[in-house]
Amino acid sequence: MRWIWIDKFVEFESGRRAVSVKNVSLAEEHLHDHFPGFPVMPECLMIEAMAQTGGILVGQARDFKEKVVLAKISKAVFFDYVVPGDTLRLEARMETAAPEAAGTTGRITRSDQLIAEIDLMFSFIDQNLAGKKFPKDNFVFTGIFTNLLQEVVLNHTRAEPQPMESGA
Amino acid sequence: MAMSRDEVLQKVQEVLVDALGVDEDEVTADATLMGDLGAESIDFLDIVFRLEKAFGMKVPREELFPVEGLLNSSDLVSNGKLTEKGLAELRARVPHTDLREFEKDPDINKLADLFTVNAIVNYVDSRLNPA
Repeated sequence: MRWIWIDKFVEFESGRRAVSVKNVSLAEEHLHDHFPGFPVMPECLMIEAMAQTGGILVGQARDFKEKVVLAKISKAVFFDYVVPGDTLRLEARMETAAPEAAGTTGRITRSDQLIAEIDLMFSFIDQNLAGKKFPKDNFVFTGIFTNLLQEVVLNHTRAEPQPMESGA
Repeated sequence: MAMSRDEVLQKVQEVLVDALGVDEDEVTADATLMGDLGAESIDFLDIVFRLEKAFGMKVPREELFPVEGLLNSSDLVSNGKLTEKGLAELRARVPHTDLREFEKDPDINKLADLFTVNAIVNYVDSRLNPA
């Protein structure tokens, strides 16, 4: 199984931007040690959450055919502590794309307050210049990742999410 | 877009400071990207993306860093060195790079040293101010 660190997607525009949500809970064991009596979300796990958000955005743009791996953290700046009970909104934008890689810029906010700016680069490892071969199966995008997307409707052109149909 | 060579150098420096996380005073004209500034393969793509943004032009990667396709042919490489034919091919591919030092001992491991800050400035300058 794969480790999923974001809770859901709330917006998704194929090849352009994705917005996900991560709820921080004191039930996460590492928060008891980081730090005792003063639980704060480790910054590296904010990067992980952005890497999953941006990685799925980049992967979906290629129909999950490429094996997308985090290749570079171009920028990671943090502006405030994140504590249990916080809901983080992670927005990733796909800024650049080449046959072998893509770049995203990202912002993490909590109720409109800027928490972090994280820019990443992802590499498509089957397109590596050394000609190295990897297993045929896409071990990056297993079903559990793509399932995350089922709740948001993928739409290439629509900018704003539509209201849900009501039963009335 | 008229831009002096100094202005190009300054912008290229900014790009490299952002892409490689180095200090501005490290980005001298003859600093090598890999040896001196610690660039890795993914950084080259990052640099291309940032140059495109900074100068508002398309930068074909093989024009700026054209060596990659050179190393797979026994015609061009022999015993870890570029052959005469390889050198000729290299000259044709990197017209913006000073090859005089490299030609004395064309060891392919030293190809990385050819990618200097100056080579990028030369390339951008030639694109912005065609002779």
